[in-house]
Amino acid sequence: MTDEARRAPRRTRRLGGVAIQIGLVVLVAALAYGAILNAAQNLARAHIASGFGFWNNTAGFDISQTLISYSASTSTFGRAFWVGLLNTLLVAAIGIVLATVLGFIVGIARLSHNWLVARLASGYVELIRNVPLLLQILFWYHAVLQSLPKLRDSIALPGGGILNNRGLFLPRPLFAPGFAVVIGAALLGIVAMLLLRWWARRRQAQTGAQVRVLWPALGLVCGLPLAAFALTGFPLGFEIPDLGRFNVRGGLEVLPEFAALLIALSVYTAAFIAEVVRAGILAVPRGQVEAAQALGLRARSTLRLVVVPQAMRVIVPPLTGQYLNLIKNSSLAVAIAYPDLVQVFAGSVLNITGQAVEVIAITMAVYLAISLFTSSLMNLYGRATMVVER
Amino acid sequence: MKRLATAMAYAIVLAFGTQAAWAQTLNAIKDRGQLICGANGTLAGFGLPDPQGNWTGFDVDFCRAIAAAIFNDPSKIKFVPLTAKDRFTALQSGEVDVLSRNTTWTLSRDTSLGLDFAAVTYYDGQGFMVRKSLKVTSALELNDAAVCVQQGTTTELNLADYFRANHMGLKTVTFATGDEALKAYESGRCDTYTTDSSGLYGERLKLAEPAEHLVLPEIISKEPLSPAVRHGDSQWTDIVRWTHFAMVDAEELGVSKANVDEKTKSDDPETRRMLGAEGQYGEALGLTNDWVYRIIKHVGNYGEVFERNVGQGSPLKIVRGLNALWTKGGLQYGPPFR
Repeated sequence: MTDEARRAPRRTRRLGGVAIQIGLVVLVAALAYGAILNAAQNLARAHIASGFGFWNNTAGFDISQTLISYSASTSTFGRAFWVGLLNTLLVAAIGIVLATVLGFIVGIARLSHNWLVARLASGYVELIRNVPLLLQILFWYHAVLQSLPKLRDSIALPGGGILNNRGLFLPRPLFAPGFAVVIGAALLGIVAMLLLRWWARRRQAQTGAQVRVLWPALGLVCGLPLAAFALTGFPLGFEIPDLGRFNVRGGLEVLPEFAALLIALSVYTAAFIAEVVRAGILAVPRGQVEAAQALGLRARSTLRLVVVPQAMRVIVPPLTGQYLNLIKNSSLAVAIAYPDLVQVFAGSVLNITGQAVEVIAITMAVYLAISLFTSSLMNLYGRATMVVER
Repeated sequence: MKRLATAMAYAIVLAFGTQAAWAQTLNAIKDRGQLICGANGTLAGFGLPDPQGNWTGFDVDFCRAIAAAIFNDPSKIKFVPLTAKDRFTALQSGEVDVLSRNTTWTLSRDTSLGLDFAAVTYYDGQGFMVRKSLKVTSALELNDAAVCVQQGTTTELNLADYFRANHMGLKTVTFATGDEALKAYESGRCDTYTTDSSGLYGERLKLAEPAEHLVLPEIISKEPLSPAVRHGDSQWTDIVRWTHFAMVDAEELGVSKANVDEKTKSDDPETRRMLGAEGQYGEALGLTNDWVYRIIKHVGNYGEVFERNVGQGSPLKIVRGLNALWTKGGLQYGPPFR
């Protein structure tokens, strides 16, 4: 048999496979289309409004935390959707950062040679990951934040802040026009630092001489904006919050609902991230460290150049999973009145419009999109740190 | 979360099932052997199970009256506790036969939710509760106050309207359930708690020190509370609607739980028609001719149900007010049995 003849059936098989896949896609699409059509008919028969016309109707309800301008009297349901989505993204983004930092600290602490530190860290992990997240959210909200002093007995923080069970109120920075110069100077400082580092690396590669860049770099990043700040005549003021009859007026407000959700999500996810980090570090073969030491690398350099890069390859995939969990868990906000996407959109909007099918479909699609976006970002990072085989 | 699951299950039914046109509610109830009633599980005076699991309340007794009319047995009933958020989905999806859960009748709910409101069983209006220590005597002094409110209610919408109309600042804190909102109010998260004024009296009893709290005099909205049924089953709508009218008419004609047996021998033609001694009115509804007798015998007339659950016979001590009979200056008015 010739090569050509041997290859022919394989090609047919491959073509058959493609045909099956195309058929499957068509079938799924037809099923989805049929489902939508059927749902529309059922809704019409039951006299339930359907379609997305509600999107531009006036919402009429208030939302306690809005990152974009929103008013009950003029804003639409669509606007309320964006307000809820941004609140979800805010708590998820800050939560991911905090959980990552805390998780790495705890994970490394579990491997510490210090008995007390290691035990504390493992106690933290065991305690936190074995208590349901919803209970933890309720604990932080009701037991911790609601037991802060009431409005009348507010704690005055140094610098003009106010803390009570209605939230944390910080001085709100008011930027004068000249502040743009300061931001420009800060950006310039960062660019200059990157250039300096690139130059130092190149010099080390060429001559082997190490250049100490820490202090000049710090000077560039901090000094430049500070100098610009002074030269433009300190273009920054603060709006200090003050106690009104009922509430604190002015200032930057951190709602207790937001704080409780953020703390609970970060603390909970950090316990899982700590385990991921510990597993990642333990996965680096002992021989790698010994080899680095044999080459004369110091402990810090060993960690930075040998252990961490290899550990990251093990850490990133499960870490992505934890990030996705955190994003999805943020929908537990409904339990404590934090106006996230589920609370605002799948709560108030759904109830006022009564259009459960559309609202739930949009909400699910949004969570799917956020999760897919996050995991594709993490995959990009994972690919960048992959072993390059030479 | 539970509501999300209900909504998703409902979406699946909508997508892949053929929804029955909801024509046979009464037959379905008879076949099942019990009425399924969507009620408020947390509101004293209106719908609240006691520790033994016995449901009590004004809205609960209304459902019992329907069960009594159908089965001659008010215990052939199952109550499903619903939050304000899940109530409409539960009715739309067929999880409950009737929604009797202090629900305000509005135009948009009537037209776009696929349901019909039967009759106004309670004329209510939205009010505010504050701590006495705040020294507030009117809702108009609440500028910049933090307000705890339950989500998915007309309350949530009226609140924004009222504060805007009076040029007052407002900080809304919106909770999924009334209990959570009340708890937050009690812990000091908000200055005031708002809901229908009937609800305020009921909720106040749940606070640690009810006497420390005051219901402000302003009523800022019209809240006609009505049981709701699915759109498209006129027979069932008629039964629910006339259950209310029968209880109101019984009060007007002086027929009560105590005297209903002797009233069946009454000479008054309207009483005779109502109690089934004359005519075929019950059978026309798909029930038996003694259906009103059953309601009054087992549950009582409108006034009895009112006083027992929310009026002078209850801890709430709400006066009849708008809910008095039309002959006594109120709005409760039942069309004639004829």
